[in-house]
Amino acid sequence: MGRYALRRLLQAIPVFIGTTFLIWFLVWGLPGDPFAGRCGERQCPPAYVQFMTDKFGLDDPLPVQYLNYLTNLLRGEFGQTFNGTEIGDLLAQAFPVSIKLALVAVAAEALIGITAGVLTGLRRGSFIDNLVLVSTLVLIATPIFVIGLVARYSLGLASVSPEAPLVELIIPGLILGSGSLAYITRLTRVNLVENRRADYVRTAVAKGLAPSRVTGVHLLRNSMIPVVTWLGLDLGSLMGGAIVTEGIFNIRGIGGLLFDSINRRQSGVVVSIVAILVLVYLIVNLIVDLLYGVLDPRIRYE
Amino acid sequence: MSDIKVKTAPVQGVNGGSASHLLEIENLHVEFRTRDGVAKVINGVSYHVDAGETLAVLGESGSGKSVTAQTIMGILDTPPGFVTGGSIRFRGKDLLTMGKDERRLVRGEGIAMVFQDALSALNPVFTVGFQIAELFRKRRGMSRADGYKRATELLDLVKIPAAKARLRDFPHQFSGGMRQRVMIAMALALDPEVLIADEPTTALDVTVQAQIMDLLAEIRRDRNMGMILITHDLGVVADVADRIAVMYAGRIVEQADVHNLYGKPCHPYTLALLDSLPRLDLKGQELNTIKGLPPNLLRVPSGCAFHPRCQMARDICSTQRPALIELGGVRSSACHFAEELYGRE
Repeated sequence: MGRYALRRLLQAIPVFIGTTFLIWFLVWGLPGDPFAGRCGERQCPPAYVQFMTDKFGLDDPLPVQYLNYLTNLLRGEFGQTFNGTEIGDLLAQAFPVSIKLALVAVAAEALIGITAGVLTGLRRGSFIDNLVLVSTLVLIATPIFVIGLVARYSLGLASVSPEAPLVELIIPGLILGSGSLAYITRLTRVNLVENRRADYVRTAVAKGLAPSRVTGVHLLRNSMIPVVTWLGLDLGSLMGGAIVTEGIFNIRGIGGLLFDSINRRQSGVVVSIVAILVLVYLIVNLIVDLLYGVLDPRIRYE
Repeated sequence: MSDIKVKTAPVQGVNGGSASHLLEIENLHVEFRTRDGVAKVINGVSYHVDAGETLAVLGESGSGKSVTAQTIMGILDTPPGFVTGGSIRFRGKDLLTMGKDERRLVRGEGIAMVFQDALSALNPVFTVGFQIAELFRKRRGMSRADGYKRATELLDLVKIPAAKARLRDFPHQFSGGMRQRVMIAMALALDPEVLIADEPTTALDVTVQAQIMDLLAEIRRDRNMGMILITHDLGVVADVADRIAVMYAGRIVEQADVHNLYGKPCHPYTLALLDSLPRLDLKGQELNTIKGLPPNLLRVPSGCAFHPRCQMARDICSTQRPALIELGGVRSSACHFAEELYGRE
């Protein structure tokens, strides 16, 4: 398993370089001028444009610019925005908020989703089962901005304050996780229903174990394998911030920052965020793959 | 089902107390309610087993032999399976009418079961040690350490080499034969009085089959257990069984001790089964088979269910179902010509 993990980490290097390079090109491929509108009503004076172009090396060929950026990144320097703000500071403000939001969402998914999945999986065809099936379908089918806006205005919620305390993130987190929550419910349910008739469950019953142990240990442990995998991957993707949810509740997270930076052609910020997200993804994926082997001992890493 | 004659009348004590046999199934009826209709998979099956004896239940797939065992263990899938009549008395108490918790405690301790395919019957995500020790921890209240110690002893008992080290292995890390030994060890953990072995060797190759059967026979002897051996393999049965019950389409068609059954089968189905065994003296000739297929239980033939495939079938067979009748007081057969077959030389 150690060798497998090492190989996966080595594989991450080309993936990281490739994705960041691609993003760098795409951001500069966007039409527009980073200095347009920078000087108010007037056109920016040529001297200013020349100064900024030199400062950020914008006349260098793109690959050279990219290499410069990458070397700085390896030294831990994200560089500055065109306004002179340290990109590192921006990220340090936004990331914790998004991580908190993601954790709230995943916690809600796990707690509510698995509970509802187990309840319905054990009572297939009951009233609760049908109720949950219909409501999860509605959740999956409704776009998140509809759920978010309806929730915000029907509950009369204020914007989340800049420090984003955990309490204020509960409802936005629930909304952010609502779609996945519905999937988790269904995934848990379908796995439970499938495994319930498995031979090893029958064996557990034949051993004279209490029903709670048969379900809680033998059945659940097997049914949780795909669910845990899904939760892990979801945590990874939610860390990337949630543009819509953050927008609706005025949360200053990574999603909003990314959206803003793309609009303002702040290439340094965009690439920095993407670089971190790529890393987060790669690591989360690796952890999930390793976790899979822990959950299911039949999986072997060669 | 008045046409079924119970071979050995149960001796009932006061208040339904002690019966004469350790485990006694009487006139059991089970049906499967499916979308296509109701399949009556067990129609008045009665048999019994005592301490220290082996009863072999023989039959093709779909004859109801495994469903009977599942009903005894209380692991019948409901739905679709429903018990619609009869009784299963263990030490005189009817398992079908006793409380859930009381019945649960009979499992493993009174009656235990070895399943056919150990790979799917063992939980893939727990170590073998965990799965055996679990019985001692949850049923005997032992500590984890003691449970694992007892599990080691059990693996030793079923002759698994390096027992202690193998406790940490998962089921998929064992060979087929070793896995079945684990299954047997698990069934023996709580010292059951009756062991049901449901085709314990079907999933194994031939040399390993013999080893597992020997092991089962040895343990049965040492512990003076009653054993119900469910199988479709006549070769396996001859060596280990004391008595044999042959099932067809959810009924027992012949029941006798092993010598009588092999020596003089008194039912055309048993006859045909024995006839289809490969024989050394007929080497090179085509193997005899029983023509046709086992009946679809949703549409069981009228009269004797075996008549479409029976070489002795006459008109009466398609209209009237033969009752299970006693022959010479020691055996029984459900055939219109049972007396005839019994009287032959």
